[in-house]
Amino acid sequence: MCGIVGLYLKNKDLESQLGELFAPMLIGMSDRGPDSAGLAVYHDTVDQGQTKLTLQCLGKDFDWAEIGSALEARFQAKVNYRSNYISISIAKDRNGIKAWLLENYPAVNVMSEGQSIEIVKEVGRPESVVDRFDVRSMEGTHIIGHTRMATESAVTTAGSHPFTTGQDFCLVHNGSLSNHNRLRKHLSQHCGITFETENDSEVAAGYLTYQLQQGKTLHEALTSALDDLDGFYTFAIGTENGFAVLRDPVACKPAILAETGDWVAMASEYTSLADLPGIKDAKLWEPEPATVYTWGDV
Amino acid sequence: MGTETVNLLDTELRALNDRLHHLDLSKDPSHFVVEEPRGKHNIACGLTDEIVVDIKGHAGYYCAGMNQRATLTIHGNCGIGVAENMMSGTVRVEGSASQSAGATGNGGLLIVNGNAAARCGISMKGIDIVVRGSVGHLSAFMAQAGNLVVCGDAGDSLGDSIYEAKLFVAGSVKSLGADCIEKEMRPEHLKTVGALLERAGIDDVDPASFKRYGSARKLYNFDIDNADKY
Repeated sequence: MCGIVGLYLKNKDLESQLGELFAPMLIGMSDRGPDSAGLAVYHDTVDQGQTKLTLQCLGKDFDWAEIGSALEARFQAKVNYRSNYISISIAKDRNGIKAWLLENYPAVNVMSEGQSIEIVKEVGRPESVVDRFDVRSMEGTHIIGHTRMATESAVTTAGSHPFTTGQDFCLVHNGSLSNHNRLRKHLSQHCGITFETENDSEVAAGYLTYQLQQGKTLHEALTSALDDLDGFYTFAIGTENGFAVLRDPVACKPAILAETGDWVAMASEYTSLADLPGIKDAKLWEPEPATVYTWGDV
Repeated sequence: MGTETVNLLDTELRALNDRLHHLDLSKDPSHFVVEEPRGKHNIACGLTDEIVVDIKGHAGYYCAGMNQRATLTIHGNCGIGVAENMMSGTVRVEGSASQSAGATGNGGLLIVNGNAAARCGISMKGIDIVVRGSVGHLSAFMAQAGNLVVCGDAGDSLGDSIYEAKLFVAGSVKSLGADCIEKEMRPEHLKTVGALLERAGIDDVDPASFKRYGSARKLYNFDIDNADKY
């Protein structure tokens, strides 16, 4: 089943309330996805010469002060201590951090890379995930989330959404792809895309990342996806400055969009939108099948 | 007739449905107002009494499913499968309806004031459906009986594998499904459309502006010439 949600702010004044507005959206999808939840939030953009990494220790508590100090000393990283994860900013030409992490802190995972993205995910009900990462206090420009009812692979954090396969790119998916094995093979053998799981949704993320690397706009990449991805899908997608929604041509998987002058929100079901400010006067509609919707710089 | 207001912020949905299923109309009110539906699923399903229910907001999936005799109005949009398998009564959606509106309905009248998404009237078995706006793809798929009246446009594959339901569309039809063809609009069809528009409270759409679509009867009738195709 699964639930997906996204909130993209148009009004900068709301950026300090992003997490507060988003938490009920994610929790609203608990019935569709009680097994795990995850989100990608875009905020605190680092300078051009820097890269931001999100580090999380899946499934357990961790002493972040120690690794934080080590990263500062060894990589001159600027460390932001969040709730049960850290985001670090390091110079782009700093190599070797992943190998160093693997050798010294094998329990720590790099969840995302980019200028502003931070991804966290965890098994458990959405409300416990919201508490664990203190989602209500998150600030930022946009945020995308997923609640999972596992059907195709085990309930693990790695199998939880969002999936990211490129800088500042993330995708959440409700549905199932039928040609992901062949596409994964093609993308990894011929296109230099690496995958970390057997999950079909990660293949969609990888496919779109490759299309973007070829110079396509997100709108163009999603238009190509309509030809190349086979199966059922409703996607919500985040990039550094943009937000997109796409449903497959058959449109079995639900989606609803709402828009006001202040924000755009997407959810699998209306119930996740019910608490947003101004929802009663928002433009509400069901996205058309095989139609690309984008907002921001895409 | 008295009115009872139920707010779903402080009443469990099951309690509401249970109340509506066990009314004694000699003393209970026959008008119910449901506040704060907030997209909840299965609101006011399985009603069997001749009551009036006003749902003040957006409803989730399967609202008013299996309805018999009751008159429901959803003052907002509704999710998948509104009035699915309705037997009788009237369901009115003031906003738009998601997929499979009126699916498998046996009788009664479903009115959608906005648009209805894909698969509107799928497998309809006698229900009448009037949509003020447009319907999405695969509407009236395998539709067996009843009337679907669409004042706007219809999406791809209208009436695919249709049996004997009658489809009337005033706007464009993106494509017709297998075995669905345009048919002559005869006087009795004008009368049917006119009566349904009137019951739906639509007085600014001319019944003569509709085209009729229905089964070519090549697919569901066994024809000995087609034996080698099975």
